[in-house]
This record gives sequence, structure tokens and C-alpha cells, in this order.
Amino acid sequence: MNLKSSLGSESRRRQILASGHVVAEPTRCIQCGICSFNCPISIDVRRHAWLGIQIEDSYCLTCGECVERCPRGVLRFERTELFLRRQG
Amino acid sequence: MTRHVIIGMGVSGISAAITLRELDPSADISFVCDDPFAYYSRPGLAYYLNGEIPEKQLYPFDQQDWKALNVRFVKAHATRLNPKAHLVEIKDGLPINYDRLLLATGAASVPLNVPGEDLRGVVKLDDFQDAHEILSLVKHSKAAAVIGGGVVSMEMVEGLLARGVKVHYFLRGDRYWANVLDEPESHIIEHRLAHDGVRLHYRTEVAEILGRKGKVTGVRTKKGEMIRCEIVGICIGVKPRMELARSGGLVTERGILANEYLQTSEADIFAAGDSAQVFDPQTKHSIVDSLWNPGRMQGRVAAMNMAGQRQEYQRKIDINVVRLTGIMLSIIGSVGSGRDEDLVSVARGSSETWLQLPNSIATETGNEINHLRLMVGERTLLGALVLGDQKLSIPLQEMVGKQNDITPIRSQLLKAGAGLGQILMDFWTGIRERG
Repeated sequence: MNLKSSLGSESRRRQILASGHVVAEPTRCIQCGICSFNCPISIDVRRHAWLGIQIEDSYCLTCGECVERCPRGVLRFERTELFLRRQG
Repeated sequence: MTRHVIIGMGVSGISAAITLRELDPSADISFVCDDPFAYYSRPGLAYYLNGEIPEKQLYPFDQQDWKALNVRFVKAHATRLNPKAHLVEIKDGLPINYDRLLLATGAASVPLNVPGEDLRGVVKLDDFQDAHEILSLVKHSKAAAVIGGGVVSMEMVEGLLARGVKVHYFLRGDRYWANVLDEPESHIIEHRLAHDGVRLHYRTEVAEILGRKGKVTGVRTKKGEMIRCEIVGICIGVKPRMELARSGGLVTERGILANEYLQTSEADIFAAGDSAQVFDPQTKHSIVDSLWNPGRMQGRVAAMNMAGQRQEYQRKIDINVVRLTGIMLSIIGSVGSGRDEDLVSVARGSSETWLQLPNSIATETGNEINHLRLMVGERTLLGALVLGDQKLSIPLQEMVGKQNDITPIRSQLLKAGAGLGQILMDFWTGIRERG
């Protein structure tokens, strides 16, 4: 990957991160750990699902691996209300 | 200091221990568990079996979690209860005293009761030992026969396929999981199985498991057909483990009877999870579930009551989302009826509440794997089944769970060729926007 495309994808990542994040529906989760196993940067997604908290880890790539691989439909992207909340 | 003893280390037991520790940092909490692998994701065994994750991934807790939980772990089999003396007898060990006891003993697979069931190669999928046994067998096996219905049978079929074993799948009736899926839904799954190389045997029952030198060599069906295989997987349902409860004279029916406070017929003994049959004050029925989240919630509520609070267990809608032959399936609320010939009891990963009847059904089929079925009540959706595309799964979970009034769209939903997906999505968006 050259520098230009790398910077492009980084900027895109930041945009996605600012506008959305991964949220978990804990009632569906069976703690199999497929999500954490497939996270390329080892975020413990499973723990977030157990605790019912969204993945607001600033390192999250929003790559979608966990969302895609979860066999129980626990995870999904949702638009963040980050800025709205801060204004409030 | 109150002595809390929890029998069983599935999600109900763990959830109870976490809650007890939250409520009382100095409480004396002990686990008695005969599963040497202690706490792990039992539903996750399917993904270990098919090679998606390694064994160690199934343990959600690390050392720090255990340290924070600060519990004693007695790795032993509890043999008898003495409620009067507040005592649990332990096999080859000293009895344990308790002030409050939780029975979270789970459920065990039901045997098929045919000759040859004790041969090596006859397997189930209840725990880690079973998964290890299957993985050891597949190394030397060419073919397997899987008998049963529901989710676990499919997980066994898919796990064996992924390990390169030819699978014969035996169904007593005409189609797969007949009391939860409708005909088109069953056929979608069966078609995919056949495509993956599974040989489906309809209206077929096994009369005998054949063997040589203590090992499985095949099965003989009631029609007299012989099929060679080295593994026989039995998944015809699970039954609550109630031996311990019965040894102490506790009242049991299809499970250990518990009231809305998860209290059994003995005031200081509680029950939760797959082993419990819990009273629901709303419907006045006592219900057995074999689902992870109700187990977790029951463990939590039982613990609150064990700690002296008076907390009622409030049933939420039962939901399970599973992947069958690579297709996602959400089962939300009441979706089925009648009985499944392939299951003799409740299946792991299912609930008795799924079998209540609606007064109208609306269905829609998209491409070859997408199927949506709504169970439409007078004013609310009673249940939904979403196969394939899962966009509507969460909206429907919330609509059924919150019992949203669907009067504005009810007649539209029941029209032929209604375009259910769009109607529901528009309605859902409206609900969300109104807050």
C-alpha cells in the first residue's frame, strides 16, 4: 500500500470511527469469543458484550470482522451520538 | 457471614456468583462442580467442534476475573442433599454446609435407548469432554450418523462435516425441526445440507447401533437398512438434571420447580437455568428454558434473593439466534406449535414458550435463503422468525419484546404479497423517531 492510499484509508477510518461504532445486544450473546478471537487488534469484544457496553475503544478499526463473524447476531454498527451527547 | 453454595458452573451459576459478590463483598461463596473444565461457553462448543476457534477461546474469564470473584471451587460430584441439616454430600469428600444453596445443575442429553448405545463412538454434545471425544474420534472415522433435531443436531452435523466426516442425518419425520420451522424454512435448511454432502434419511429410526470390539461400526434402521459409520451422534433433546434435587425431596416436574423468586420447595434452596422450571406470574405457567440469557438472568435474580432481597424474575421474550448451514436464523417469541418427532424433550437452545399459538401468520420469502415469518396477534407481534438476511432481526426483537401496538400496520401485514420487510422497517423507523 502506498503512502497516499494508506493516508486515505486512515482518514476514512477516522471518519467511520467518528460516525459509528460497534454495539452489542447482550441478550443474544453466548460468550463463545469468536468476536475477540477475530479482532485484528485484540479488543476483547466478548467482554463488552457481556457487560452490555458499546465498543468505544479508540483503537477499534471498525473493520467489521467481529460483526461479520458473530454467529449469533449480537454485534452491529450503529451511528454514534458522540457529538450530540457532548453538546448536551 | 452467609455461606452460599452453588452447584453447577454454567452461566446461571457464574451469574449468581457475580451478583452475590456485588451485593456482599465478604460473602463466603463456593462452587461445587463435577465438570473438570469449570466455566466455559457451552453453546460455543459448536464453534470449537467445527474448528472456528481454539479451545482456550471458550473461557471468558481470565485470572483477574477469578481473583475478583474470590470463590472456592470444589471439583466434585454432589451426591445428596439434606435440606434439614443444610448439607450437601460430596462423592469421596467431606459434606459441605450451606446457608443458601443454588441448584444450577443444567441439563443432560437424553439417551436414545437402543441396543449398542454404550459402544465407543456414540456421542452427544453437552460439555467439553464430549467435544474432545468427538474430535478424537473424527481422526479415525469416515462416516457418522446423527440422530435428532433442533440446533445441537445441526451443530454436530456441521462440526463433523468440517472435520471431513461423511454425515448421515436421520429424521423421524418428514422434515427438519418441524415444531419451530415451517415447511419452506425446513426445506431451505435441508436443501443446504444436501448441497454440502449430507445424506438425509427421512422417516427413519435407528433400531440398533452395531459394533465390534467395543466400537461403533454402523447402525441398523427399523426398516432393516444397514449403514456403516464409526460415530453415532445423539441429539434428541435434553432433560434437566434433577437427581440432586430429588435426593433432598424437592418438588420436581419437568424441571426443579421454582417460584418467581427462583425459590424451590425448600426456602433456602434456589434453582436457576436449564435445570429449573420457573413460575411465570403473568401466564401462571411454569416454564423450562434451555437458553443462555434466561439462564444468566435467573442466576442473577436467584442470587439477589439468596442475599436477602425480594426480587421477582420477570420473563423477557425468548430469543435465540443461530447459524444453520451457514444461514443466520433468529427465533423471537412464539413461532412454532405442536411437537417435533425428532425431539423427546426440550432441545438445548430452545424454549417451551416458542410453541404458543398466534391467531394469524404472515410470511414472506425473498431469494432462496431469505424467509420472514411473523406471528401476528390482535394488537401486537407475538413472535417472528427471520431466516437469512438479518436486517429485521433486532427491530423485530424490540417490537415483540416491547409489545408495540401494531394496529396501524396489522391489516397491511396480513395482505397477500404485502412486502413485509418494508412495512416493518418503515413502522420501526417511525417508532424510533418518536422516541
